Amino acid sequence: MAQLTHRASALHKSIPAVLFAARGLATASTSPITVETSLPFTGHKIDPPSRSVETSSQELLTFFRDMALMRRMEIAADSLYKAKLIRGFCHLYDGQEAVCVGMEAAINKKDCIITAYRDHCIFLGRGGTLLEAFAELMGRKSGCSKGKGGSMHFYKKEGGFYGGHGIVGAQVPLGCGLAFAQKYSKDESVTFAMYGDGAANQGQLFEALNMAALWDLPAILVCENNHYGMGTAEWRAAKSPAYYKRGDYVPGLKVDGMDVLAVKQACKFAKEHALKNGPIILEMDTYRYHGHSMSDPGSTYRTRDEISGVRQERDPIERVRKLILTHDIATEKELKDTEKEVRKEVDEAIAQAKESPMPDPSELFTNVYVKGLGTESFGADRKELRTVLP
Amino acid sequence: MAATILHGVGATTALSSINYNNSRRSLPERKRTSLVIQCDGSLSSGLNISNNRGAKLSTNAVAQSKQENVTASTTSKPGHELLLFEALREGLEEEMERDPHVCVMGEDVGHYGGSYKVTKGLADKYGDLRVLDTPIAENSFTGMGIGAAMTGLRPIVEGMNMGFLLLAFNQISNNCGMLHYTSGGQFKIPIVIRGPGGVGRQLGAEHSQRLESYFQSIPGIQMVACSTPYNAKGLMKAAIRSDNPVILFEHVLLYNLKERIPDEEYVLSLEEAEKVRPGKHVTVLTYSRMRYHVMQAAKTLVNKGYDPEVIDIRSLKPFDLHTIGNSVKKTHRVLIVEECMRTGGIGASLTASINEHFHDYLDAPIVCLSSQDVPTPYAGVLEEWTVVQPAQIVAAVEQLCQ
Repeated sequence: MAQLTHRASALHKSIPAVLFAARGLATASTSPITVETSLPFTGHKIDPPSRSVETSSQELLTFFRDMALMRRMEIAADSLYKAKLIRGFCHLYDGQEAVCVGMEAAINKKDCIITAYRDHCIFLGRGGTLLEAFAELMGRKSGCSKGKGGSMHFYKKEGGFYGGHGIVGAQVPLGCGLAFAQKYSKDESVTFAMYGDGAANQGQLFEALNMAALWDLPAILVCENNHYGMGTAEWRAAKSPAYYKRGDYVPGLKVDGMDVLAVKQACKFAKEHALKNGPIILEMDTYRYHGHSMSDPGSTYRTRDEISGVRQERDPIERVRKLILTHDIATEKELKDTEKEVRKEVDEAIAQAKESPMPDPSELFTNVYVKGLGTESFGADRKELRTVLP
Repeated sequence: MAATILHGVGATTALSSINYNNSRRSLPERKRTSLVIQCDGSLSSGLNISNNRGAKLSTNAVAQSKQENVTASTTSKPGHELLLFEALREGLEEEMERDPHVCVMGEDVGHYGGSYKVTKGLADKYGDLRVLDTPIAENSFTGMGIGAAMTGLRPIVEGMNMGFLLLAFNQISNNCGMLHYTSGGQFKIPIVIRGPGGVGRQLGAEHSQRLESYFQSIPGIQMVACSTPYNAKGLMKAAIRSDNPVILFEHVLLYNLKERIPDEEYVLSLEEAEKVRPGKHVTVLTYSRMRYHVMQAAKTLVNKGYDPEVIDIRSLKPFDLHTIGNSVKKTHRVLIVEECMRTGGIGASLTASINEHFHDYLDAPIVCLSSQDVPTPYAGVLEEWTVVQPAQIVAAVEQLCQ
């Protein structure tokens, strides 16, 4: 409690005195509140944006709710995996929610996001529903990829979410392709190609960056640096762990990825830059509480103290909670109620997903080819190959 | 419920620019009368075969050779003569004209005009963004093409030599082939990946690769190999219009083939094989450059009294088992002649496939002639011996027909 008031007074010192905030969740206002990010931005070949971010109480409450939902979903996925309802690989995003929520706040659905396999929360952010997510994780027909993709292959075309890719680094050239298409059709939108600190050492990343810079593609490369590439710490894998500087001729920005407002500011800044000047790299300094995936305990290469230390000091949801409480936007109880609501929503979605049907065996052969030019391939042995000549 | 197709296709092939003599026999003109009973039970009579996109197909296309009198239909214009790479360019240009989403990317395709001149002049006409010169980064520009295809563009990625596309294998296999499936049908990848491959004239091991054997297992892609200017243009257009990812295999040594092709627009079917020469003693299945070796051997065989049926399979994935099957049922003997390696090549898959489906119709085991399982040597003599030569084909047919 003492720490909270200490924090509150520290905040009071640095914010202008706009403490006019409506009380209660139901009447959250959109009047601007200016908050300073926890850390300044560091720029590489670019002037970093200002530390003061404009937000509103409504936005902060949305941030809180969204992040709580994502956190709850990932924890639930953890238990489902242990109950063997989710199989294979399951990479969880808890701890990194601020990156995805902050990014969504800065862009619209015409902008594209493409990421690697830690994609559950980004899928939610792009408009995916909990039911689609859980159904896909459990391999059901109502999943977002009809149960055929799994944890690593969430996609949402209408939301501008291009996946969901298993091979490390392969999504970055795809992201540059999305940016190329955006430039080709001149539709004033950008692509966020996300990758991790492990993928930052892939050659195809630098190839893609070269091409993006050559043709001024509106591509923003976002490195979610959670400091560990599965079990290898970043200093053991990269000679230069300053990933925002690795673009060399491409400007970069280092952002505190646990501060949702900093992420929002950086993404807005990056979008403006990309539309005018071409690619930019954002390095989000973030952290994942779980191991690399569910088969990795996450404690063999880092200490439990480190994990709990980050959870205490830098947790993104706690930061927003403190902001909300300091600005009197909602009471402690109201936030707890939001969390309970969110938990109930997740539980309901899981129950519904558990009931939903498995895919039909005939679905094995659908969507291999796009129908229309004749061939229906019915099996690896082509026993029922049907060629309908036009 | 199979689609029943009554199909009479005979093709003339003009081989004027290679050292092969033209056939003195009168080959039947290409007729395309087909009666198609579609899978949904509707009947369509087929002189007006048009694909769903409404292109007017040439119903009486006649590929004429210079020295023959062919009874051409009075409705079709005489056609124009061009080389294979020009035919590819024509097909490409027509598609780019027709659909603004079609774009080309590859090394030296723009200002240089393409290392085999397939994209010559296109950059001047359509601009640098639509005919994109990429840096030497196959993995990432193929990935870029696939990403662009996900949003609705129709890129054509050119590998300067097919062997370079090995660097892009991850993108082709995982993203190109599988994305339609793993996204539950949300994204389609209408990309065309094309380039020359095959054994050239002493180009060395790394530049003489036949990638069709490596790509054939990738689910979700279609592979076609062109062999004449006529089918090069038709397949190029079909590949661009297809919503599936298509890999179009060209051959380094076939770019300067000359043939007369129709003036009217035509689009060939990607899944269809081409009957080059009807016969009744043995079915010879081949594709790409080996087609010409087979035809040369066929002349010798005819003089010796054999009647081989030569089919250019064209579609490497999926195989046109309908045409092949009908031929096997007629001749009961199969010889496969290919340029792929012996191990795990197209011939190996085709052998397995035919054995599985048409075992009862075979009078003799299938013989498959492929290139030797060695890196292609530089020395000319050795290189000649890595690929199948007409003499070997003649010997194989003779042995098969005993």
